[in-house]
Amino acid sequence: MLYSILRSPVAAPEQLHIPDGFLSAPVAILAWIVTIAFIVVAVRRASREFDERLVPLMGVLAAFIFAAQAFNFPVAGGTSGHFLGGALAAILLGPWPALLVMAAVIGLQGLIFQDGGLLAMGANIFVMGIVTVWTGYFVYQGLQRFNRYAAGFVAGWLSVVLAAVVTAFMLALSGTSSLGVVLTAMAGVHMLIGVGEGLITAGALALVKAALPGMFGEQVTGRKSDATTVLAGGVVLALVVGIVAVFFASPSPDGLERVAEDKGFIEAAQAAPFEIIPDYVFPGVSNEALAGVIAVVLGTLLLFAVGYGIARTLRRRNQRLVEAPVTLE
Amino acid sequence: MHINVLDQFRSGDSPIHRLDPRVKLVGALAFILAAALTPDGAWLAFAALFVLWLALVLMSDVPPGLLLRRGLVALPFAAAAVTVLFTLPGNALVTIQMPFFGWQLTISDAGLVRFVTILLKSGVSVLMATLLAATTTFPDLLRAMRGIGIPKVLVGTIAFMYRYIFVLADEVLTMLRAREARSAVGPGGQKAGGTVFWRARIVGGMVGSLFVRSLARSERVYQAMASRGYAGELRWLGKPHSQPMDIVWLVVMLVVLLLIQLWARLAV
Repeated sequence: MLYSILRSPVAAPEQLHIPDGFLSAPVAILAWIVTIAFIVVAVRRASREFDERLVPLMGVLAAFIFAAQAFNFPVAGGTSGHFLGGALAAILLGPWPALLVMAAVIGLQGLIFQDGGLLAMGANIFVMGIVTVWTGYFVYQGLQRFNRYAAGFVAGWLSVVLAAVVTAFMLALSGTSSLGVVLTAMAGVHMLIGVGEGLITAGALALVKAALPGMFGEQVTGRKSDATTVLAGGVVLALVVGIVAVFFASPSPDGLERVAEDKGFIEAAQAAPFEIIPDYVFPGVSNEALAGVIAVVLGTLLLFAVGYGIARTLRRRNQRLVEAPVTLE
Repeated sequence: MHINVLDQFRSGDSPIHRLDPRVKLVGALAFILAAALTPDGAWLAFAALFVLWLALVLMSDVPPGLLLRRGLVALPFAAAAVTVLFTLPGNALVTIQMPFFGWQLTISDAGLVRFVTILLKSGVSVLMATLLAATTTFPDLLRAMRGIGIPKVLVGTIAFMYRYIFVLADEVLTMLRAREARSAVGPGGQKAGGTVFWRARIVGGMVGSLFVRSLARSERVYQAMASRGYAGELRWLGKPHSQPMDIVWLVVMLVVLLLIQLWARLAV
């Protein structure tokens, strides 16, 4: 029983944790690069905001998300609704601390419970810790002026659906599934599952409002969204839209599969024993979909780096202006 | 719930247990990367990876059956890969007549090869991750994470999280029991209480209340730590020590993986 409580997310058929083996090496490594970039920024920001409180706060809240994922409720036909928590964490904590919390949860699930792979962990953190968090955060921020609980519901629902869509694209890019089928299946199932996520998110917000009226509507940090957060949201959006667009614009949507057919696996392997990536050549890429995605990801990251640099410089200058000593003479 | 629920075999004493945790973590990651890079249909390479895993298990004194059972975790995900059986172009092997609409599904040879390859990749990767988790104590794993450059804040967060999972899991158990005593689950596991929406709202309330308690708990934890001299720095007793033997292990592991890769490309 104890074990099953700790492990119950694993048994859920709707889980988004991708195990190792289902993502091709380039997709997994690209996802790691994006994820690491986000985590680096998150660690810097969170350390500044919380000082020495950070680790106990994040640690206990990560345990909260982990434990909350064990809550389930019967839906129908023996299935049960589950909770992922990215949107709620984003609404209550703000996106950067929420990203750290989700990364810790996914890291522990992968390392200790083999729930989600190690090489695939970058992708898992991207899907469940970045896509869900930024979707949930901005949807809630945008809609809360109409109705907070409706905003919470939509935030929870959309975060899960979008996460499922991104997962489907990653699997298709890896040549693990055919896009049409996996996209339909993942999006369809998660449109239903997302209802549970949305209801739980809204219900949790209602209780937090009742119990902690003071902090409601604020993040734990009490901060409003700032330039870097918006910028990061833009990066997530650009990545998602970019990957989708490239995929559809490519002349061979199931590119990997066609390449595989053209070359033949064994021949390709024999012809190029020293290539890092077996089924397609990396720089002179014959697979246009993957080449496009790599370009989109690297370009977006570069843009993000530049934007972050500009934001930092501007803030430094502002701080210097504020802190400039006032001399009375 | 006790923190040792999961730590059954981790404190064993074997050459594998005694390895520098950083070597184990890097070795396991390299193994999984090697599995991901192995080309489709290189059956002997997968067999070699499995033998390598088995050799490590035998040295570690952990019952292989236990690891194999735990290794089944990723199996349900295989459903995501089933589609390649039918969509990958290749020579038709079997045609399945679907019972409705007169649909036909054709399994291609390339599709079958890809599908089995994905299962094998996933299988050996999960087995290696399981071995890592089963032979490394949690503090060692944290040290290894620091050792490969994961930020202090994140490692500290994971350390705290691991500690409080068990506390919060107890609270979850209490709340679930309270809910079951009042409604939610009827005799024989049938659902009781209100509509799905009602049930979801109740769970929402439970999640919210767990959050409020967690927030309060983190504040108490922080104050207790601050009063004992915590100033934002987590300290570990003892430094990870890399002995020459550890380096030898890592080099041997990497060379073996490289040889398997070359062999898979050239000979198979």
